[in-house]
Amino acid sequence: MKRTANPMPDERGYFGPYGGRFVPETLMPALNQLEQVYLEAKSDSEFQDELGYYLHQYAGRPTPLYFAQRLTEELKGPKIYLKREDLLHTGAHKINNTLGQVLLAQRMGKKRIIAETGAGQHGVATATAAARFGLKCVVYMGEEDIRRQSLNVFRMQLLGARVAPVSSGSRTLKDAINEAIRDWVTNVRSTFYLLGSVVGPHPYPMMVRDFQAVIGKEAKRQILEAEGRLPHYLVACVGGGSNAMGLFYPFSKDGVNVIGVQAGGLGIETGKHSAPLLAGIPGILHGTLTYLLQDLDGQILTTHSVAPGLDYSGVGPEHSYYKDTSQCHYTSVTDQEALGAFALLARTEGIIPALESAHAIAYVQKIAPKMAPDKIVVINLSGRGDKDVNIAAEEMGIRL
Amino acid sequence: MNKISQIFAHLKSRREKAFIPYITAGDPSLDITKRLVVEMEQRGVQIVELGVPFSDPLADGPTIQQASQRALQSGVTLTKILSTVKEIRKQSQLAIVLMTYYNPIYRFGVTDFVERAAEAGVDGIIVPDLPPEEAGEIKEAAQRSQLDTIFLLAPTSTPERIKLVARASTGFIYCVSVTGVTGARGRVSQEIRRLVLKVRQYTDKPLGVGFGISTPEQVKEIADFADAVIVGSAIIKVVQEYLNSPRLVPAVGEFVEGLIKGMVLPGDENSKK
Repeated sequence: MKRTANPMPDERGYFGPYGGRFVPETLMPALNQLEQVYLEAKSDSEFQDELGYYLHQYAGRPTPLYFAQRLTEELKGPKIYLKREDLLHTGAHKINNTLGQVLLAQRMGKKRIIAETGAGQHGVATATAAARFGLKCVVYMGEEDIRRQSLNVFRMQLLGARVAPVSSGSRTLKDAINEAIRDWVTNVRSTFYLLGSVVGPHPYPMMVRDFQAVIGKEAKRQILEAEGRLPHYLVACVGGGSNAMGLFYPFSKDGVNVIGVQAGGLGIETGKHSAPLLAGIPGILHGTLTYLLQDLDGQILTTHSVAPGLDYSGVGPEHSYYKDTSQCHYTSVTDQEALGAFALLARTEGIIPALESAHAIAYVQKIAPKMAPDKIVVINLSGRGDKDVNIAAEEMGIRL
Repeated sequence: MNKISQIFAHLKSRREKAFIPYITAGDPSLDITKRLVVEMEQRGVQIVELGVPFSDPLADGPTIQQASQRALQSGVTLTKILSTVKEIRKQSQLAIVLMTYYNPIYRFGVTDFVERAAEAGVDGIIVPDLPPEEAGEIKEAAQRSQLDTIFLLAPTSTPERIKLVARASTGFIYCVSVTGVTGARGRVSQEIRRLVLKVRQYTDKPLGVGFGISTPEQVKEIADFADAVIVGSAIIKVVQEYLNSPRLVPAVGEFVEGLIKGMVLPGDENSKK
């Protein structure tokens, strides 16, 4: 990565030409307020201590940086380390952000939390944080995702959240975000919108990145302890892109090669994928200017991925900026490659990864044999795969 | 003076208010849209809002979401809508305001869109997901092409934002009656009267009120303190009801006429205060 001279985003929420704040007027005062409260909290040691306490005692941080010896041996390439976000409470990196935002909601006196969810991981992490602090919680989820991730639906309900099915559009993450924004426009005075990725209007992309940056900060310390040097590659899957940004950001001035893996679905050439950074063009969706999968008339296209958490037409604006400035190399793997890596990690390391994270592993599986053994790769294992066993079985033609 | 401002000035001199119907262009076809505009003009409408359908209309409730879906299914694009406006212009004098989310315009090319829209005979544009802070390019182009840019205010708007929006808006200012999305509601919120009175302290520009207004009585209530009343979802519900009927155009016309008559419902003069 190259060094950037100015802090990102700028005061208008822009990362180069991407980002900004494209929302109905009703929400503008709320976003201004949120930005102000967040910036205050960021420099308030009391807030940081409280967040640190919950990340440690409740969520289980720090997570290990695990040397995947058998995977390394199997692939006959570089040393592979896994940042074990899958070991966190609720099973994915999402809780880093939901705890941070729920503490902000407390500061702002908001009693009702809303969120969108694709895979259900952000929904579960939101419902969990809301339960811990006694806040009312509604999670919007596309009907198609409800079908694919029934286990997470039940978990959210158990945690006291209401799961609101979304039947518009492609009935996946994009439509769940639309519906959450409509709820927020309606109930903005009482409600905190807990957005789950580095997407949406400013300050969300910045704020979610900052909350997730704990991943990269830890990983940097841990790899220096383990190897006495920085890794050569960082690899993470990119849907909205929060786990990737969380890992990459603290390394952004270190000259490490950074690789973001998007969901290639059935193959980029088929059009059935979720890879706006590879096949999209810039536009405005969900309050931000970023690469989007859209047609020539500016209508948003539906997406496909075997991993519900990557099934999104847009991507965080900072990733768009990273793409244009070549600070990160974006690539993709197909559904089948991800499913292969899902099985590979289970077999070699006894770790079942989330299908989302399996995309990052699949890419390393492809490039590892061409790499020298003295190289070091850190993969963000952003979530665990328990939620995906039904999808995987279905794809493998096994009836459970 | 642009057409919209002329209309408001004329209405003001007669102590009248504007009624602005909203329909989604291309719902169910652009031919019907053209006929609806002409019909509504004959029933007394002087300003019409044409919605450009978008796949992800996040400021809209279910009624306009469905209308957008129908329009998109019929193959409507921004280019085709501009051609329709051009055709409407041949037989109609009313002011045409396009309401569109930002992405279709951005895709089209902002400056290019503004020029083509002005050329086709569009008088103003409303972009619900574009606050003045992000509207630099469109404002500049619109000024050159003498197209009005109408920005929105909401019950949550702070005095600073009211000033900002009032400065940026030309033609009129769109005051959103509720915190929420578009769609007919049972009653008019009390918030809106407060908002309009508050905005009045900062600007002399005409104030239109929309979102959630569906009956002649509600139109009357709003017309008592605003300069324009905007109705969308309630009209689209009539379109929906008559989708496959040859009566669609006259049925919408009758409904709109009924709403216009709401503005002159007998009422207590003192209620204005």
